This record gives sequence, structure tokens and C-alpha cells, in this order.
Amino acid sequence: MLFNPRAFYRSYDRPQKGHEKVPSWTIEKHRDSPLNATRVESERLRHAAPTEFRYIFPEFLPHPDWKKRDRVAEKLQRRDMLRRRLVLDIPEFYVGSILGVTVADQHVPSKQSRFVGICIHRDGHGLRANFTLRNHIDGQGVEIKYDLYNPTLQNIEVLKLEKRLDEELFYLRDAPATHSTITFDRKPETLPLGATVPVNMKKIPLNPPPWTQRWEKREDLKGIDLPELPEKRMRKLSQIVKPWEKYDLMKEYRKNISEEEQNEIFKEVVQHHTRVEKKRHQERLKRMT
Amino acid sequence: MSAAARYFHSRAVTLGLCTRNNTRHFSTSLPLCELRHMSRVNVVDNSDLGKNAKTSGKPARIVHVYNKQGVAGIGDKVLLALEKQKVKGIIVGCKQKQKPMVPKFDSNNVVLIDEEDTPMGSRINVPIPSVLRKKEELAKILAISSRFV
Repeated sequence: MLFNPRAFYRSYDRPQKGHEKVPSWTIEKHRDSPLNATRVESERLRHAAPTEFRYIFPEFLPHPDWKKRDRVAEKLQRRDMLRRRLVLDIPEFYVGSILGVTVADQHVPSKQSRFVGICIHRDGHGLRANFTLRNHIDGQGVEIKYDLYNPTLQNIEVLKLEKRLDEELFYLRDAPATHSTITFDRKPETLPLGATVPVNMKKIPLNPPPWTQRWEKREDLKGIDLPELPEKRMRKLSQIVKPWEKYDLMKEYRKNISEEEQNEIFKEVVQHHTRVEKKRHQERLKRMT
Repeated sequence: MSAAARYFHSRAVTLGLCTRNNTRHFSTSLPLCELRHMSRVNVVDNSDLGKNAKTSGKPARIVHVYNKQGVAGIGDKVLLALEKQKVKGIIVGCKQKQKPMVPKFDSNNVVLIDEEDTPMGSRINVPIPSVLRKKEELAKILAISSRFV
């Protein structure tokens, strides 16, 4: 028989007499369609990771430059990172938080050495993730960079969880020592459950120049209280300043990983988070009370 | 300056390149803070020579580095010129960027030693990197240290 398109499509759109029920594959296709307005939002969200994960686990996000990416290596590294997190509790912290790090040291009688400092920088992707702590000890400024997933790291304790106005605090090198001094026997301060991480709006006054970097040229740093500088030095600023950068959408796009890809990555972290982190938090609460 | 010239100028500034107007650009390195010949160092023990060098306004300068590279790092022996004398010293702290787990200090610190590797001071009040404990030849210096980091 010849194919009759009119008869075929009539039956497709309109169910035949006696067969008023819509075929099940049509219903499924409609249910999964992104154009379906009645689709339940919670069903979609159930499979998406919390948006805070990109700030709590920034090292899980890959390098934004696609030329430096290796998907297989990233997946293997993420697996190793989660395995390490099963052994060691790597807490949520930000630049500006005060951390105490205990490291294995064979030359010490107790085989452990502890360093306390303010986190001035956080860098690296995957297993290369690192953070730098700064402190002033006996009148000497000291900075130590730690690899987050280094197996000789025995304990990472957040003594004060807070953020600052900037993503890096290298200007503390040119600030009075009081702003980088943290006592080693500082007691940890805990935030109430569900509280947002507080932002310390402190503006650091700098020492008189010369500085390690030309901080007046860094218009992105909000946490500096710049002193009076000679007019000649400030005159050159107008040639360097780039006010159009904040409108550069492509720059923002190139710097970040897309939300769809972030969800794919953090799906693996969600399983770990729900199983292990909640249990650890309960243990922490038991220890405090 | 045109918009393009202004952009290239700002890129040059960010990368640490020479930015004199109307000249060819040449490359300058970012500050590496390496300890080489003629680098000024801070003496951190309580020896008299060290104290005099600080107060005189003429800081100790490295005159020779006892290694093949010519760049002194933490634990390296150096020859210093201070108070019109040549004195040996051990570097106990660098401003230079260090490997992970190794502390980086805000000043280049040195401890004075004599020909028998005995420190000339009796106390070091500044924290000393714990990695120096690996070296047996620095045992006498570690003995007078007050704090390890």
C-alpha cells in the first residue's frame, strides 16, 4: 500500500476512534521536554548541587582555560581528592580566615609541628590546590604555603571563618605587623549553624612606601586604605586605569566555568558531602558540648 | 596616547616591562628577591658585629656564596662584608618565594659563624625554618635558636 501522509499524520495528532488515549512515548517526550511549563522545578533541583559548593570547594573546579584542561586527569584527581577528604577533614575556609595547620615533622620529638596564620591566598586546581598562611612571630613576618592535599598535613583547623574585601591579601606584607599577628594559642570561634560567612569590612592602612607592589595601581583591591602619595605617582594612574573591564562580559565568561559543567562536577561531591560531612559535623557538635 | 597605545602600556605595566614613553620595550624580570653578590642581609643573632652593622647604617652584604649556583637559599653558607671585615654566615631566612611547606620570611636573615662553624652570637630571637634541622652541620646554630617554624 502506498504511504498516505495525511492518514498517517491525522492518526499522530488525533487519536483514532476508540483509541482516545495519547501514546505513552508522546507523554514521556512532553514530560522531559525543556519547553514543558508544568515540569516540576523541585525534580530538576533534586539533581543539582547546591550553588555554595563552588565557593566551599573551589579546587574541584578546573582551569578556565580550555587549553590547560584534561578531562580524564580532572576526573581522576577529583576521585583522589574525595578519597583524601574521607581521611582528613578539609574545612571550608576563605582568604581572610584564620587557620591552624598541623604538619608531620620528623625532627620534632612530638613528630608534629603547628603553624597558625591568616590565609592570604588560595590558588590551584585539583590536587595542586594550595593556600598561604601569614603570621608575625617574634617580630618577624612569616608566610608558609601549604598544599591542601599533601599527605603530611595532619590537621587543618579553622580558628575564625570569615572573608575579607579582597580575594588576596598580599598587601599585608606592607601593612603594620598588628594586622598579620595571630597568637598560636588562639581558641577556635564557631559560627551558628546555617549562618552566612561574615565579611570583615576592615580597611588596612599601609606603611609609608616603598612597598613590595605598587598598591595604588590595583584598583580591584577594596581592603586598602591608601596613604597620601606624591602627585607625580598618582598622575600615571590615569594612563593605567581600565574602567571598561567591569563591563567586559567575555572576560567574565572566560574566567568562569559554566553552571552546567559545575553541576556535573559537583554531583560527585554531593554524594560525598551528604554521607560524610554531616556525620563529621555531628561529631564536632558532640565534642563541643 | 591612543586607546590601543594606552592598552599596550597598561599590559606592559602589569607584566613588569619597561614603560618609558616613545621607546622600544625591553623585558625586565619580576622581583625574584634572590640572595647574590652584594645583597644586603639582616643579621639575626645577638653578636656584637651584627648589632653594630644594624646601627651603623651599613648593613651586611653578601660577598661570596659557597655553592655552584651563586644564589644563596635557606641553609647556604655565605661570606659577608660588614664593619670592614669578612665574616662567614648561614642564611636562615629568605624573602624569595619558597617551595610549599618551607617558610618565607619578610627579611633576608643570616647568622654569623666563625671558621669552625660555631655561631658568634649566643641566641637567635627570630624563628628559624624547621627544614634546617635536616642538616647536621648546622647543629650548633639550631642549639641557640629560640623558635622553629
